[in-house]
Amino acid sequence: MKATLAIQRGAPGAPAHIESFEVAFEHGQSVLDGLRALRREADPSLAFRFSCINANACKECMMLIDGKVDYACTVRLKEGVTDLAPLPKKALIRDLVTEIAPPDERLLPRP
Amino acid sequence: MTAAGSNEAAAAPTHVETDVLVIGAGGAGMYAALEAARAGATVVLADRSLIGRGGATVMAQMTVAAALGEQTPDHWEHHLSDTLAAGRGLCDERLAALLCEDGPRRLREMDSWKVGWAREDGHIKQAQAPGHDRPRCAYVDFLSTGPAVSRTLRSQLNAANGVRRIGDLLIVDIAVRDGEACGATALHVPTGQAVTLAAKAVVIATGGLTGLYRRNSASSNMGGDGYALALRAGAELIDMEFVQFFPIGHLAPRLVGMDPIMWDPFRYKLGGKLLNAEMREFEQDYATRDNRSDGRYVLTRDLATYAITREVEAGRGSPAGGAYLSFQHLPESEIRSAFGPVVDRLAANGIDLDKHPVEVAPIAHYHMGGVRADETMQTRVPGLYACGEAVGGANGANRLSGNAITEAFVFGACAGRNAAQHALQRSMLWSPQTSRPALDLLRSAQRRDAPNLAAVVAELKALMADMVGPFRTEQKLRSALEAIERLKGEIGEIPFSSAAAFDPVLADWLDLRNMLLVAQSVTVPALARTESRGAHQREDHPGLDDTWCVNQLVTLSRGSIELSRSTPSTGRAAA
Repeated sequence: MKATLAIQRGAPGAPAHIESFEVAFEHGQSVLDGLRALRREADPSLAFRFSCINANACKECMMLIDGKVDYACTVRLKEGVTDLAPLPKKALIRDLVTEIAPPDERLLPRP
Repeated sequence: MTAAGSNEAAAAPTHVETDVLVIGAGGAGMYAALEAARAGATVVLADRSLIGRGGATVMAQMTVAAALGEQTPDHWEHHLSDTLAAGRGLCDERLAALLCEDGPRRLREMDSWKVGWAREDGHIKQAQAPGHDRPRCAYVDFLSTGPAVSRTLRSQLNAANGVRRIGDLLIVDIAVRDGEACGATALHVPTGQAVTLAAKAVVIATGGLTGLYRRNSASSNMGGDGYALALRAGAELIDMEFVQFFPIGHLAPRLVGMDPIMWDPFRYKLGGKLLNAEMREFEQDYATRDNRSDGRYVLTRDLATYAITREVEAGRGSPAGGAYLSFQHLPESEIRSAFGPVVDRLAANGIDLDKHPVEVAPIAHYHMGGVRADETMQTRVPGLYACGEAVGGANGANRLSGNAITEAFVFGACAGRNAAQHALQRSMLWSPQTSRPALDLLRSAQRRDAPNLAAVVAELKALMADMVGPFRTEQKLRSALEAIERLKGEIGEIPFSSAAAFDPVLADWLDLRNMLLVAQSVTVPALARTESRGAHQREDHPGLDDTWCVNQLVTLSRGSIELSRSTPSTGRAAA
């Protein structure tokens, strides 16, 4: 099966653009599985946060999936297009990465 | 503390000063930071992920072993006997005794901080795990030990004075001056800025190396970076060949949103049957024969890994290449009363335990080896400490279920307290010169996209799983060393980069620099140890060899790995 991930990319200060990637998947695999495969197979510069990979313990892989805030590690890949975008109410860092650390756990104060 | 503007990052790195720098914010690092602050030191707690989210602690499902004597009478010496027996002659008894003796105090401290240990009839409930002589393992229902421990320590840190937490900070190297640790150099991942840290003591709390393996139960940041930091700073590593494979890691069907080691608690509470493709229980076959056996029906992790792997090799594996784990003999009501909401999460994954078995297989889970430290958690480098899974020695050749979170608490507290005492007696040794080599490395990064480093990481993990996995031969280990050298050549000496902010290519390169060094540090002693002991199993050298009742030490000399031997420490730590 093939999934198409339409990913909003870019850094602050420039208009975002959508890049679409096709990724092969097996039944049951997660969006995070797809993103990690994309880095290995297509574009290693794609930025997204994750830590625990599969356990839904770290809560770092939160993003906008088909317009809804969700965890990439628990939403399943599907055939057809899945839209991925950074969290809308957090400061963008790059691609799917936003500033989600509590303010007192950051190196630099918010600019 | 100063913060340079991002446009001048190249010229003036952000600089941070503190008494104690703790690297890694899992259970051990958070405990170390709390204790160092309690001892009066200022602390920076740094993590390359978010604080208290990465690492192994948050992934822990259930057991935390300590001789609390709540379920049944117990004494820490009994816990020590079990720990030493599991370690198969290689434990550093000073560290093992510290773990067992101080464990109950730390579990009670966590209890007073409202971690929420499961209770029954007014006492803390303790489960029996393989290798323990009695029920000794506390836990938080349902499968929530890790998240509860992380949340509790995070709350304590929020309330503590003198601890500055900095997430998204990837430590590149420890700064060393005249042989003493004096700080570190780091990459601030969100901005790509270099950061220098001056500290009077440095604590490595970065966890283990299971991220080096294809199938593992680790967070993404557990490629053994702390071992590489320690080696390059001049510290010794010990018992690096002992990687624990967790025998019944989830294999199929694909399960999302749950940790792959979750079946252990199910077996503690419900039993469960391990079956081969013939739907026949086989554990008993391996519990009664040869010197791999401990003679018990319930197999310790090294024996169960051996049993499953052998069944698969004999053509009796499950379709996905493991064993079946079945709870079909139990009524649905019993499964639900033991695991409540977890049953619904399984159902969402299409798993119905009273109707179908799942498939399980060994998965890299823990590393017994690590940084060599004395009973104050100091390495041979003055001012450099280690704690938690990053420390080697306490668990010898095989770790008992339940000892990992306990050692995170105990060794974390010990390292934090001693690092603070050290720091409070020292002046600041850090100078810009001590961070120069790491700053130069970061500044030399060049935009490159070939080879794809994410693919190289995957290749290394596959290589370690296939050639330096649970069953080893001279031929496999030699081919692993050749492949590691080839990969070192492919990544070269100059970092790759792709962007300024949150650059996964640069992070992969810095990771690979560490991972390849650590992969060698596992493979070289694995090749030298021509026997089978605990988690190190050589197909070409089956069975224990008494002459190998020694620890192997790894050091770095002019960029090359050197191996030496030492007799296991038997002197106990002072109480």
